[in-house]
Amino acid sequence: MAQTRKARPISPHLQIWRWGPAMLVSILHRITGNGLAFGGLGLLLWWIGALASGPEAYQTFLDWVWLGTGGGLQTVTSVLGKIVLVGLTWAFFQHAASGIRHLILDIGAGYELNTNARWSSLTIVISILLTIAFWAFVLLR
Amino acid sequence: MGNGTSIGRVRGLGSSHHGTHHWLTSRLTAVGNLVLITFLIASLALLPDYSYATVRGWVARPLPSIAMILIMINTFTHARMGVQVMLEDYVHEEGGKIAAWLLVNIVPFAAAAFGILSVLRIALGGA
Repeated sequence: MAQTRKARPISPHLQIWRWGPAMLVSILHRITGNGLAFGGLGLLLWWIGALASGPEAYQTFLDWVWLGTGGGLQTVTSVLGKIVLVGLTWAFFQHAASGIRHLILDIGAGYELNTNARWSSLTIVISILLTIAFWAFVLLR
Repeated sequence: MGNGTSIGRVRGLGSSHHGTHHWLTSRLTAVGNLVLITFLIASLALLPDYSYATVRGWVARPLPSIAMILIMINTFTHARMGVQVMLEDYVHEEGGKIAAWLLVNIVPFAAAAFGILSVLRIALGGA
């Protein structure tokens, strides 16, 4: 029995397939979605909770996430905070673009191979451009 | 309920007995998030500065505070459904499933309650 099981063909796993845009966008949708759920919403609660608590709590939030004025560990976390915030905005734009793609797929459109690959690639281009545009506007205006 | 016949599946709303509720709710909240989060990040980008007074003053205004409360409901509903699907795909042991079930059914509600209370404190608490 063990021998026959060993001889059976095994299901091809991820590394067997040539990666296409649709596969990449599919897993990015899950990664960005869960990143936003845990990282994004966690940060949103810290931000709104700090705003509700008062100026000191809000300053603590700013110091740890962006300014690093307290020195020490904040020097590290303020750098990480900027990376995380830029990452979260990209994750939102990617998840939103990919989500709109899903809404279009839900009505039965966009399944032709080339169309599907084109729209998949386009979600990544759009999310990167929107992230650059957003931070350029916030930081340079 | 039917024994696997088409009409039976329709009457019983499928094997989960919830029909398309999960699927449809995740789409509805997705559209909601598209509007609400776009409003949030556009508003934050347009703020003149990020001092305590400015940001709190913005949240305290009627439209932003309503939007923030809706965000607490809508994003956590959407996130809860997405995380649930992710855990269903990757967690297969009984103990892990119970932990996942507790996580998905408790944490988002507690988190949203904290978020809504924070917005109310800002909106009703004065300057």
